[in-house]
Amino acid sequence: MITHDVIVVGSGLAGMRAAVEIRRKAPQADIALITKVYPTRSHSGAAQGGIAAALGNIRYDANGVPVAAPEDQPGDDWLTHMYDTVKGADFIGDQDAQEILAREAVPTIYELEHMGVPFSRMPDGRIAQRPFGGHTNPRACYAADRTGHALLHTLYGELVRYNVKVYPEWYMLSVVIEDNSCRGVTALDIRTGEVHAVNAKATMFGTGGYGRAFKITSNAFSSTGDGITAAYRAGIPLEDMEFVQFHPTGLFSHGILLSEGARGEGGYLLNGLNERFMSRYAPGRMELAPRDVVSRSIYSELEAGRGAGPNGEYVLLDLRHLGKQKLDERLPQITELARDYLGIDPVTEPVPIQPTAHYSMGGIPTDADGRVVRGENEIVQGFFAAGECACASVHGANRLGTNSLLEATVYGRRTGQTIANFLHLESQGVGAAIPAMPSQALKQAEDELRELLSRTGREIAADIRKELQATMFQNAGVFRTPEKLEAELGIIEDLRERFALISLDDKGRRYNTELIETLELAHLLEFSECIVAGALARQESRGAHARRDFPKRDDTHWMKHTLAYREADGRARLDYKPVRYGPDGPRFQPEERKY
Amino acid sequence: MEVRFRVHRYDPEEDATARYQVYTVDVDGDMTVLDCLNQIKWYQDGTVTFRRSCRSAICGSCGMLINGRNRLACNTRVADLEAAEVSVGPLPGFPILRDLVVDWDPFFAKDAAMKPYLINDTPPPDKERRQSPEEYSKIDNATLCIMCGCCSSSCPVVWNNGQYYGPAALTKAYRFIFDSRDTATRERIDMAGSEEGTWRCHTIFNCTTDCPKGVLNTQNIQALKRKVMLEKLGFTGTKLVFNVDPIYKEGEAQHEHEAGGIATRA
Repeated sequence: MITHDVIVVGSGLAGMRAAVEIRRKAPQADIALITKVYPTRSHSGAAQGGIAAALGNIRYDANGVPVAAPEDQPGDDWLTHMYDTVKGADFIGDQDAQEILAREAVPTIYELEHMGVPFSRMPDGRIAQRPFGGHTNPRACYAADRTGHALLHTLYGELVRYNVKVYPEWYMLSVVIEDNSCRGVTALDIRTGEVHAVNAKATMFGTGGYGRAFKITSNAFSSTGDGITAAYRAGIPLEDMEFVQFHPTGLFSHGILLSEGARGEGGYLLNGLNERFMSRYAPGRMELAPRDVVSRSIYSELEAGRGAGPNGEYVLLDLRHLGKQKLDERLPQITELARDYLGIDPVTEPVPIQPTAHYSMGGIPTDADGRVVRGENEIVQGFFAAGECACASVHGANRLGTNSLLEATVYGRRTGQTIANFLHLESQGVGAAIPAMPSQALKQAEDELRELLSRTGREIAADIRKELQATMFQNAGVFRTPEKLEAELGIIEDLRERFALISLDDKGRRYNTELIETLELAHLLEFSECIVAGALARQESRGAHARRDFPKRDDTHWMKHTLAYREADGRARLDYKPVRYGPDGPRFQPEERKY
Repeated sequence: MEVRFRVHRYDPEEDATARYQVYTVDVDGDMTVLDCLNQIKWYQDGTVTFRRSCRSAICGSCGMLINGRNRLACNTRVADLEAAEVSVGPLPGFPILRDLVVDWDPFFAKDAAMKPYLINDTPPPDKERRQSPEEYSKIDNATLCIMCGCCSSSCPVVWNNGQYYGPAALTKAYRFIFDSRDTATRERIDMAGSEEGTWRCHTIFNCTTDCPKGVLNTQNIQALKRKVMLEKLGFTGTKLVFNVDPIYKEGEAQHEHEAGGIATRA
């Protein structure tokens, strides 16, 4: 048995930032990090446009043009950032967590800069900032259009600096919770094929999101919600799974992300008639309305027959007027992506785009300090989560662009502090006994793997995955109807039955990536039900959840978070919990959300 | 269009020697090599083993040898290879774990030896450390690196000498040594300028040619050589100007290096 004081699962920004914080605050603690990839391969690296913080280095002038703010007169403040986040979330976010996000953003960014993040700069050497959707002020700090990559590689360097033990290419199989206390995880060493129990006082998940349930997605192959389903199987409810963000500008047919920074820098969205159609939907903010609004607007244009292209299937992102120099300097990556994948040069041609499944607002419920909770606020001892897998909830029904890198780093850091404090408790201190790992946990994980490898049915996993992704995109996408959602529930049930009848070509244990893909598919099949069931029950439209039959937000009945519990038969049972506020109640009252 | 894929197959614990297995894939317009490998894995042979993740050329997982050159499978369109047959092998010079999967541990160990984190011996200010756009521009290109290994694996010196740090690690040293915020030049130069460092580079330029992100690895190593030499000679802070720098081609002026106050001009 492997033992550590702390085991962090996931090597994206949240997991690495937490690990570093624990090293700083509890240097004697024995900490290790498990990841199914190598840390620099994590999907945080694919984030492009920026990370929000009210540094106030840039402000809008009287004509709405971003200009340098005087050093002694910052052009932004954290309360405005919080308001934008609350409104962007369509008022269902937990305001205690949103306040922390906005307040701690500024010190978090400076700290990242001190770690060496290569931010793009203003002429006077301050961190450059640019406009982003739904943000009142230009507050996206960025490293060209590879901000996530710059942060990820910097945090990886910090892991090396602090000499954090990493188990690369270990696949977490289950999280073990007994008597409401987390005992650690079981994991498969992909390279050797051996299964291990990892026993720890504190277990933290930073395991990422669930975009891979959808056919068109910006997410990596690895974004399969493993941690989310593992928690669900261990009896933790999943919160607000129905809120899935569709990013407006995915590369047509590929879904690959083209940063919102493209619009932040002044890019236009055009329909087939060459109109800047956002004037119909968000005249005040145009292309820089929040993502849910823009994605619905694109679908509305396509449905009205105003799409571009031979079949009217997409709209266009027009960057030509920005000029080659600006594209090379500020948006080099997306320029290259359009060239490499569609053979289109954004300098001279508009780029075909379509909304793409991008971000999971829902996930493992936590309090504002990163502790996993069930029910309304019952803390699960020794279990923590942060980043996209967690639901604090800072993003509510819709996340603003640049708030995800921020959440991962602010909450990674904060959860690291919580864990360090937890380890400083007398009962958990260095030298204190680790609560025992139940002896059956390892055997159960091993038995499940053996059973999967021994299946001899005729179903092909790839067919099941393809059908799930296609139907989820069709039936649980940007606009939703009860008929389609009900149909999707039936499809998922059918696909689960077929999944029991698959067989793998690769029956070996060493470096069996077919096995990993199959385990991931089981996750997709399991949490997709929570997305659809939550969406079917929620009879209103809020943020990214848009119901044709209930087009308005309904605060009277639905100002509450969904909780999906896994029943003994494997089905989801829904419950709800109230929205959380700080000790003084809501800072911002719900209002009509207009842009 | 039907394309034949010759895929490297090898399991070190089972096979005495590697072999190539042929699969045929029906390729349409925009399909990438990774799309084709997935088609093979999902519908023809689940035992074919390779790494992949982001499929948008940023995670660095899918570097492999494709028709004789190191590339990312995910951003290489089959049509652009202009070949009826595509040969896919693991990155050369790295230990092979299975099929197309190589052992990354030595590669990351070399990176770690360069101290891949900012070191500054003064306490940080309340706000950001200032860095001018000109100062930033010196490291802009080097920060593009995604650690896919295509560079180090294309280097004949790496093939011949497993101890050589190789271009990826040296570009990492460059990225910090030339970062205006970093003060640990000396420590890094002890590694980068050691016997297995910069001086092993024979300016073959494979690492620059094969980098899928356009990182100028060979140029970075030459800048490091100058930096190492001048540091060792004690010429820090003196302003000297070199008249000729044969490394730089026209149009690369933006990648001009400054070595401790010593500018090099094309």
